[in-house]
Amino acid sequence: MSENTHRRLIEPNARLFAILSTVAVSIGGLVEILPMYSSAVGPEHMEEVKPYSPLELAGRDLYLREGCYNCHSQMIRPSQAETLRYGPWTRAGEYQWDHPFQLGSRRIGPDLQRVGGKYPDAWHFDHMKDPRAMTPGSIMPAYTWLYDSKVSTSDIVDTVNGMITLGVPYDANPEAWVPAQVGAQQKKIVDSLALVKRTAAPDDEIIALIAYLQRLGVDGKAAITARAAK
Amino acid sequence: MPEPRTDYDDAVVRKFITATVLWGAVGMLVGVIIALQLAWFPANLGLPWTSFGRLRPLHTNAVIFAFAGNALFSGIYWSMQRLLKVRMFNDALSNFHFWGWQAIIVSAAVSLPMGWTSGKEYAELIWPIDLAIAVVWVAFAVNFFGTIAIRKVAHLYVSIWFYMSMVITITLLHVVNSLAVPVSLTKAYSVFPGITDALVQWWYGHNAVGFLLTTPFLGLMYYFMPRAANKPVYSYRLSIIHFWGLVFLYIWAGPHHLLYSALPDWAQTLGMVFSLMLLAPSWGGMLNGLLTLRGAWDRVRTDVVLKFFVVGITFYGMSTFEGPMMSIRAVNSLSHYTDWTIGHVHSGALGWVGFCTFGMLYWLVPRAWKKPLYSDTLATAHFWLGTIGIVLYVVAMWVSGITQGLMWRDINESGLLEYPNFVDTVTRLMPFYWIRLFGGLGYLVGVLLMAFNFIKTANGETAAAGSLEAANV
Repeated sequence: MSENTHRRLIEPNARLFAILSTVAVSIGGLVEILPMYSSAVGPEHMEEVKPYSPLELAGRDLYLREGCYNCHSQMIRPSQAETLRYGPWTRAGEYQWDHPFQLGSRRIGPDLQRVGGKYPDAWHFDHMKDPRAMTPGSIMPAYTWLYDSKVSTSDIVDTVNGMITLGVPYDANPEAWVPAQVGAQQKKIVDSLALVKRTAAPDDEIIALIAYLQRLGVDGKAAITARAAK
Repeated sequence: MPEPRTDYDDAVVRKFITATVLWGAVGMLVGVIIALQLAWFPANLGLPWTSFGRLRPLHTNAVIFAFAGNALFSGIYWSMQRLLKVRMFNDALSNFHFWGWQAIIVSAAVSLPMGWTSGKEYAELIWPIDLAIAVVWVAFAVNFFGTIAIRKVAHLYVSIWFYMSMVITITLLHVVNSLAVPVSLTKAYSVFPGITDALVQWWYGHNAVGFLLTTPFLGLMYYFMPRAANKPVYSYRLSIIHFWGLVFLYIWAGPHHLLYSALPDWAQTLGMVFSLMLLAPSWGGMLNGLLTLRGAWDRVRTDVVLKFFVVGITFYGMSTFEGPMMSIRAVNSLSHYTDWTIGHVHSGALGWVGFCTFGMLYWLVPRAWKKPLYSDTLATAHFWLGTIGIVLYVVAMWVSGITQGLMWRDINESGLLEYPNFVDTVTRLMPFYWIRLFGGLGYLVGVLLMAFNFIKTANGETAAAGSLEAANV
């Protein structure tokens, strides 16, 4: 199209200009986002990766609240240096139940994709209270308020209901089964801490956060290892 | 033949300018505080509301939506009335837009330190605020297109094209990326799962850079640069080509934030290829801006407005070269996750967005208040403090980013990591974090000088009739 056509046809016609601009800015997004819902070219589904437990979801909410993604990624790239440091590189299916995603964009601290099971519960308990006690030189803030504030089971039920709306496969009627499951997982962590003389109440926020951190990357790693062994 | 003067609404422009300077200072102060927190962790104060993870979103939201947002609204309200030779379509909408936007900023300043967040970078605000943004943005869009509909000139000048692309695209980005299922007043979960959510987020995030921090500022450049230089735009043909090139290509580039991630390869490749192509229309804009000064380069020595624009546009050229380079997978494998990205963002934000805003404001404030600028010396001091501040900031982040990236990938002769303890790759960065802090501090002091200069200007004597008259035609 010549310069003259642009001047005479498009520039005086605001409506046409707006329509053409809308078309121009829409194409890229449609071409990139829509195929993500196709089973052929979209991200792979991993049968082995199960949804978070309700308490882990509560921990994930705390991870969001404190803005952990501002300093920690959850995305191991496929390179020797990365897999040596962190473990198997991340597959898309490992994120399939994540709303919202938490890949992160900057590693001011290390990647957390495979932190699940890497340390005992007590390590996280001590580390979140005083990061420098476990890692001298760390610049991470201390999160002392997680040891006073409480998670609420009714909030967790709301969250599970939200996830059900989003299509995450939880059993129906979370009111009925969530409180018992939350209580059981809290007790397990509190007991493991008590063995090494750390005292916490089951509904302390730190317990939920530990539950989440200890779950990160666990299903994916097991699936990847099992597939490699075949 | 001079036309009779139209009764333009400059009161709303003065309000947006005031908000720009105020929020700019606040947003940059928060930036300085979080830079200090990285160099000296006790600055987190041990309190939830002041810890890095909550303040960093406050910094990014404040400088993007409060500082840059109010800046571009100031310039758009001033220039579009004059380009279309008509007062804004509806004063009530203009005021609703102004006060609504400020209310959103205040609610962000409360909600983010409280930890109420959607957890998506650069889109952290909770769903009730997202709804308010949509309402205020639609009011602005109605006012914008209403003004175009009642315009008194047939032809739409290039600035209007760029503004229009912003109004349309930001609507699409904000609405789609904010789609979420609320479970309480302060909590909602994105409707997109996992890696798809990441793709949508970076489609949004990259194009917030594209259509909030780039296209409207190019529109402002196309209006204010020729005004300040008293020269016509270098090439009309180039402006057509680079406009359509930019708006079409920009939207594809988001996946370059997810290179080597679990995002399907085809999407990563599209992101990389389109990012490389984006260099052409970006430099088209840079060249058109700089070449507008042909024959007027001597005035850059003396005119602080042109100083700011020239350095701002140069940083635009620099960061739109660096960006495509960082989108090449091999480069990205080193730069990603490091401070190199932070440096890249700030050469664009402090250099391009900041300096074009300051250039525009030093030209606009004397005209919007009809008073001569209080002090050219202070303005020049601001320019040098800002320039040195950016250079310190960006160079510190380049060195810091490349240092850390190389340490992460350093494998010794035994095939083991040379720096297996992550924290060793952090403590090494401390000198650069202090340099970055001083760079940012210098930039902030420059902005405070500007604020002082504008307050004195606004409270000073009214300019002699005729001296600033040209601006009102």
